Amino acid sequence: MRRLKVFISLVRDSLDTITHGSRKYHLWMAFLTLVMLIGMYCYSIQLEEGLSVTGMTDRVSWGLYISNFTFLVGVAAAAVMLVMPTYVLKDINFKQAVLIGEGLAVAALIMCLVFVVADMGGPSVLWHMIPGIGVFNFPSSMLTWDVIVLNGYLFLNISIPFYILFRHYQGKDANPRVYIPGALLSVFWAVGIHLVTAFLYQGLQARPFWNNALLGPRFLASAFAAGPALIIVVLAIIRTYTAFKIEDKTIKKIAMVVTVAAQINLIMLISELFKEFYAPTHHSESAYYLFFGLDGKNALLPWIWAAISLNVLATVLLTFHKLRNNFKVLFFSCVILFIAIWIEKGFGLIVPGFIPGPYGKIAEYTPTGIEIGVTIGIWALGAFVFTILAKVAIKIETGRLRMKR
Amino acid sequence: MENTEKKWFSLNLGNKKKQAESSCGCGKSGGCNSQDKTTPQEEEKDGFQQVFEVSMDRRTAFKKLAASLMIGAGAVTTSCSLITGDDEKEKAQIDWEEQFKGNYKLMSDEEKKATVDRLVRSYQLRTGKTLSMSSQNADENVLFGYAFNISKCQGYMDCVTACVEENNQDRSSQMQYIRIHEMKDGKGLNFNEADDNYYHEVPAEGHFYLGTQCFHCDNPPCVDVCPVQATWREDDGLVVVDYDWCVGCRYCMAACPYDGRRFNWSKPEVPEEEINKNQHYLGNRMRKKGVMEKCTFCVQRSRAGKNPACVEACPTGARIFGNLLDPNSTIRWVLENKKVFRLKEDLGTEPKFWYFMD
Repeated sequence: MRRLKVFISLVRDSLDTITHGSRKYHLWMAFLTLVMLIGMYCYSIQLEEGLSVTGMTDRVSWGLYISNFTFLVGVAAAAVMLVMPTYVLKDINFKQAVLIGEGLAVAALIMCLVFVVADMGGPSVLWHMIPGIGVFNFPSSMLTWDVIVLNGYLFLNISIPFYILFRHYQGKDANPRVYIPGALLSVFWAVGIHLVTAFLYQGLQARPFWNNALLGPRFLASAFAAGPALIIVVLAIIRTYTAFKIEDKTIKKIAMVVTVAAQINLIMLISELFKEFYAPTHHSESAYYLFFGLDGKNALLPWIWAAISLNVLATVLLTFHKLRNNFKVLFFSCVILFIAIWIEKGFGLIVPGFIPGPYGKIAEYTPTGIEIGVTIGIWALGAFVFTILAKVAIKIETGRLRMKR
Repeated sequence: MENTEKKWFSLNLGNKKKQAESSCGCGKSGGCNSQDKTTPQEEEKDGFQQVFEVSMDRRTAFKKLAASLMIGAGAVTTSCSLITGDDEKEKAQIDWEEQFKGNYKLMSDEEKKATVDRLVRSYQLRTGKTLSMSSQNADENVLFGYAFNISKCQGYMDCVTACVEENNQDRSSQMQYIRIHEMKDGKGLNFNEADDNYYHEVPAEGHFYLGTQCFHCDNPPCVDVCPVQATWREDDGLVVVDYDWCVGCRYCMAACPYDGRRFNWSKPEVPEEEINKNQHYLGNRMRKKGVMEKCTFCVQRSRAGKNPACVEACPTGARIFGNLLDPNSTIRWVLENKKVFRLKEDLGTEPKFWYFMD
């Protein structure tokens, strides 16, 4: 009963916190709301007309939605790179960042789930997938595995920070015996979500571009580069605009994580390129399409080469200690690395899987305005969710939000 | 049964996981007995049955809820309005029950019949016309197979037209299950240089033709990946889709190595007078927006003992269809006497669709 009272008080105070703020904060939230509304309008058109309003066809049947979903699973998984040092290895330098990382994971997971629903042809019959009232094709379908791991990870990343904040809100310390098992579990779980998502593609013998043993490990490497890179950028913004103190040491340590992951990612890229182009087979055609174009069709060329250049540039910049420890260079590298991996692990991975088609047909894919509108709307939703979570968490962590007694 | 008799490639891990039977139509005696044994698939079905029981319990709960809601709503509307007729009420009742029905694969024969009756009644209420819809199950000792004679096909595409008309495919997006690939002589089976979208007089000089469609694999990758079991392999070998259970994730489309599946990107449109009213639940009944569909070897015809529409329409006799378990069938004769091959056999999908030449 007492806990319920505290909870109600927390909800009330949180609502109070997120509805009050500076002029900049209100403008930011209004902007996000506007973008979300535009996205919802675009989605309402899609619901009415069907998925024909997107650029997807029978030839390229997954597009921007699934691309963003795949990439964001990686961003969500990256929270583990902060969770592990903080809770398991007891590195206090990460402590400030970890709640932010978990908030980012929650926002990314919500975006993932919304992207998948946006991609569905029949969102009204999604209850067919709920075990018990529907038919859940587990363990045969990797998609059901993905549903389990994503929702499980979402639960872990909501419950652990919630417990900690709930204790701090009451002015008490969080009991490590309660949250450490969960944190430990989430470390393995994070690897699981990205590996399972990779298996979703990797297990299809029909698509040689995906049916590749390196896909899973490379997903992990790129995720552990892109996710913490985003966290660095977000931390930089937070410490500029709020009273939340994040030490340089913390950011430098996360930068180290990004650097190593980016280096490993680059090595794997070289291995993939070597395999595809040294002795090209029939199965290398998708890679040819992606990097050089086929039959004069080359829509992805500018994107993938931009991604590779940004990727290499960022990795080189990060590798040199002097450059990495210069925060201006670091933030720049993180931004370009994030964009590079968004291209490479998004539509640079999904679209070529369908091109050429099973019988060599080369039909290209270009997203439509409505599809882009929905996509941007979902990104705005993610930013909105993250802003709310971060604002409350920061206020509790800085001690300005405590239960009134 | 030894490893050599497996129907498709799988690693032998010592456990009797997929104890498959000898290949059909391989020309050896003693093959083609896959119907005699309890296949693992049937064992699995018991597991499904359990899920099914649960969903049915909920279903009856839904039904009761629906009925009471209907009575309540009906009472209100009839007392307030004189226009609302019994038809409206019946329509609403049918829509409600259709929305919350279970997966066709797991239905009992009575339930299959009930949903088919509802769909027919719904069509009557909506259009005033009637149609016949079947829920006929697979016959015993039947395994459908198909053979395609590359030497005979001239690319007339009568099969494509017949298929579209028979199966009520969406006219606005020009959906076609069959693709005819026009290949150049002297290049072998080179799909990359083939054209599957030609608009000129056939047969074109220096070309030959090869048709593809769903191959009804015996080890279909599309079935494994479906998250809700909305697509499955029937006992007579047909790979079918429950259009009402499909959630439209298109994972099966990504998993199919043969371009065998089609998606309804918009609401499918067929002019009323062109609708084929001889329908099957798993076959050519009207689809809706956002669901998967595919060739079913014309289940409404093949289970009634007829040839699929494409076979019947082919003017050159390039298409051969029949029961692989019947030793006297033409398809068996082709498999035993011609040098047959299948596409992408290395993927272990075991298509039941063979090609041969004269």
